[in-house]
Amino acid sequence: MIAEAGHYALVLALGLALIQATLPLIGAWRGIDPWVRLAGPAAIGQTVMLALAFAALTHAYVVSDFSVYNVFQNSHSTKPMIYKISGVWGNHEGSMLLWVLILALFGAAVALFGANLPDRLKARVLSIQGLIGIGFLLFILLTSNPFARIDPAPLDGRGLNPILQDPGLAAHPPFLYLGYVGFSVAFSFAVAALIEGRVDAAWARWVRPWALAAWTFLTVGIALGSYWAYYELGWGGWWFWDPVENASFMPWLAGTALIHSAIVVEKRDALKSWTILLAILAFSLSLLGTFLVRSGVLTSVHAFATDPARGVFILGFLILVIGGSLTLYAIRAPMLKAGGLFAPISREGALVLNNLLLATATATVLLGTLYPLLLDALTGEKVTVGPPFFNSTFLPLMTPLVMAMVVGPLLAWKRGDLPGALGRLKFVAALAAIVGLVVFWQAGGAVFPALGIALAIWLIVAAPAELVERAGLFRVPMATALRRLRGLPRATWGSAIAHLGVGLTVLGIVGSEAWTVEHQQVMRPGDVATVGPVKYRFDGVEEVVGPNYAARRGKFMVNDAQGNEIGLMTPEARRFFAPPMETTEAAIRSSAAGDLYAVLGEADGRGGYLTRLYSKPLIIWIWAGALVMSLGGVLSLTDRRHRVGAPTKARAPAPPAKTTPENASGAQA
Amino acid sequence: MTRKRRRLYLVVALVSVLGIATALVLTAFQDSLVYFYSPSDIAEKSPGVDRRFRLGGLVKEGSVQKEAGGTTAFVVTDLRAEVPVRYTGLLPDLFREGQGVVTQGKLDARGQFIAQEVLAKHDEKYMPPEVADALKKSGEWRPEAAGAGG
Repeated sequence: MIAEAGHYALVLALGLALIQATLPLIGAWRGIDPWVRLAGPAAIGQTVMLALAFAALTHAYVVSDFSVYNVFQNSHSTKPMIYKISGVWGNHEGSMLLWVLILALFGAAVALFGANLPDRLKARVLSIQGLIGIGFLLFILLTSNPFARIDPAPLDGRGLNPILQDPGLAAHPPFLYLGYVGFSVAFSFAVAALIEGRVDAAWARWVRPWALAAWTFLTVGIALGSYWAYYELGWGGWWFWDPVENASFMPWLAGTALIHSAIVVEKRDALKSWTILLAILAFSLSLLGTFLVRSGVLTSVHAFATDPARGVFILGFLILVIGGSLTLYAIRAPMLKAGGLFAPISREGALVLNNLLLATATATVLLGTLYPLLLDALTGEKVTVGPPFFNSTFLPLMTPLVMAMVVGPLLAWKRGDLPGALGRLKFVAALAAIVGLVVFWQAGGAVFPALGIALAIWLIVAAPAELVERAGLFRVPMATALRRLRGLPRATWGSAIAHLGVGLTVLGIVGSEAWTVEHQQVMRPGDVATVGPVKYRFDGVEEVVGPNYAARRGKFMVNDAQGNEIGLMTPEARRFFAPPMETTEAAIRSSAAGDLYAVLGEADGRGGYLTRLYSKPLIIWIWAGALVMSLGGVLSLTDRRHRVGAPTKARAPAPPAKTTPENASGAQA
Repeated sequence: MTRKRRRLYLVVALVSVLGIATALVLTAFQDSLVYFYSPSDIAEKSPGVDRRFRLGGLVKEGSVQKEAGGTTAFVVTDLRAEVPVRYTGLLPDLFREGQGVVTQGKLDARGQFIAQEVLAKHDEKYMPPEVADALKKSGEWRPEAAGAGG
C-alpha cells in the first residue's frame, strides 16, 4: 500500500512539474501575475511529493518489503540497517529517484531563499527547473519505476553487492548528485537570462552561490568516490580515468571555470556570454555523465543499467536540453552587451587564462571519453583510451594553470602589474625552488618529482602569503594587521583556502606517483618483506565471522627500518552470503607522511599466501586537499555578499571604468 | 587598449592553447590507444607479438590453473576460438570460471597471451560490453549464461 502511495506521489509530482514548467513561463511572458506567482508553490509542492515517494521507497527497504521488485533485487533481510537505507540509491531506479528529488529540492530552495529575485526571473528559472524535472520524472515513470511489484513476494532479497556496502560509498552518490544537479540551477538562470536578454552584475551575484554550492558538493562527491576506490577495490589506485570518473570530472572542470568567470561578470560586467555558455555546458556535461552511466554504453566498472530503452530516452532528452539551450544561446547571446575592457595582464586576464585552460582540458577529457564510442559507432572497431592519453594531455594543460593561479589573485582588476606581483612572490618562489632542489638531490636526480613538489610548495605557501600580503602583516603594527586579516571578505579567505587545497592535492599526487613502492609475493608465516621504508612480517591467517560474511584475516606486523614496531595490519578476504561473493578488504594505516597498504590474496596450496604490500608516501593529501578545497567553497558561500537571499537588494551594475577600493582588494572564490 | 586589441589578444591566446592541446592529443593518441580483440579476432588478424592490446571473453570452465609464485594460467574463449593466458599477481574478486573477463597485455612468440592486467569487474550481473559483443559475433550469446539475469 505504501509503495502504491509512493508511485502515486511520483505521478502527482509530474503533474506539479508540468504546471511549474508551463504556467509561470507563459505568465512571465504575457504579464499574467497570478501565473507567475504559481512557480514557488508548484516547486515546493513537487518537492513534497518527491520526498513522500522517496520516503515510501526507503520504508520498503527498511521493512524489507520484498514484494517491491527493486527491494527484492537490491536488498536482503540480513543486511545492516545503514546499508538497507543506502541500498535505496545503490541501484538504477532508486538513484534516479534521488536525482529528481535533489533537482526538486534545488527548485524549492530557489523558491524559498530567492526572495530578493525579481518575480519574473524567478518564475522563469523555476519553469526551466520544472522542464528538466518533467524529463526525469517521465524517465522514471516510463522506464525505471522503483515501485514495481512482484507476485508472489519472494522470501528474501538478492542482496546489495558487498563492495557497495561501505559508508564512503553510501554517501558518494548523494554528494555527487547534489553537485551534478546543483548545476541545473546555474543552467536555469542562464536560460532565463537568455530569454530575458539581460545579464548584469546582479545576475552573476544570484548565480554564483548556486554554482559554488554545486561545485563544493561535487568536489566532496568525487573525493569520496576516489577514496572509496582506493581503499575498497584493493588495487591501491585512486583515479583510473575510467569513463564514469571522467563523467563526474568534466562537470567539475566546467564548474570550476564557471565559478571563476562569474566573478568577472559580477565585478567587471565582462565575459557575460561566455559565462552563460559555461553554465549551459556545466549542466550539459552533468546530463552527459548521467547518460554515460545510466545507459551502460561504456566499458566501465560502474555499468549497472544495460537497458537500451533507457539509453535512447536519456539520449533524446540530452539532445533536446543541450540542443535547445545552445540554439537559444546562438540566437540570444549576440544581444548581450560586451562589458568592461581590460588589459591582458590583469585579474580578468588571469581568469580568462584559467577559463581557457580549464575549457581546453575539459575538451580533451571529453574527447578521450567519447572517442571509443564514436569509433565503435562508425567503424565497429573497439579501442580503449587509457590513462596514458589523459596523463599526456591533461597534465601539460594543468601545469601552467597551477603555476598561474598563484599569480592571478595578486593582479589588480583592469590593468595588473606582473613584475610587482612576481616581486611579492619572490620569497614563495625561493622557498619552492629550495625545496625542489632538496628533493632533486635526495631523490637521486629525479626531475619530475622535484618539479612537482616545487609546484605544490609554490601553491601551498602562496595561499597564506597572499592573505598576509593583503593584511600587510609585518609591515603595519600586529594589531592592525590582525584586524585587517579578520576584516578580509570571507570570499577572499575561501579562495585562498581552496587554492591551498589544490596545492595539497598536487602534493599528494606527486608524492604518491613518484615514490609508491609495491611488492607482490607469496609469503609463508614468519616471512618478512621489505617495502620501501618498512618491513612487513607475515604472522599467518585466522578465520573470523562478520555480520553477513565470513573472512580469512591475515596478520602483518609492521616495523620501520630501525626495527621499531609500527603496528599490526589485518587485511581480510571476505566471503559474503547474500549475494554469494568474495571481496578483498585491504588494511590501511594512514598518516600525513604516507600510507601503508596490505592486501591478502589466495592460498597457494603450499602453506603460503599471495600478498600485495605497498608504501604510498603522501597519498592522503590527495583527498585532504579536496576537502580543503570544498572547505574553501563553504567559506566563500558564507560571504555575506553571496549569501542566498541576503537582505540587500542587488545594487545597480557598478560604473564600468572605475576601480573601487573593493575591486582593488578583490574577492574571489 | 581598444576592444579590437583585446579581441586580438584573446584570439591569439585561444589559438595557441588550442594548438598546443591539439598537438598533445594527436601525439597521445598515437601511443595510448589500446585495441580490443576477441579470441576469434586474434585467430583471424594475428596482431603480432609487440602490440599491447586487450583480450576479452569468457574464462573457460576447468581451465584455471594456479602455479607456484602466484602465476595463474587460464584460457579465454568466445566459444569459437581460444587463447591461453598467463598472469602473475592477485586476481580481481570476481575472476572465476565461466565469467566474462578483460585482460590487457601482449602475445608472446608461442601464441600465449601474457597479461599485465586483469581488469576488475565488480558486479556479478555485469558483462563487459565488448565481451557481450564478441559473444554475439561468434553466435554464442546467451544472456542467461552470461549471468545477465543474475
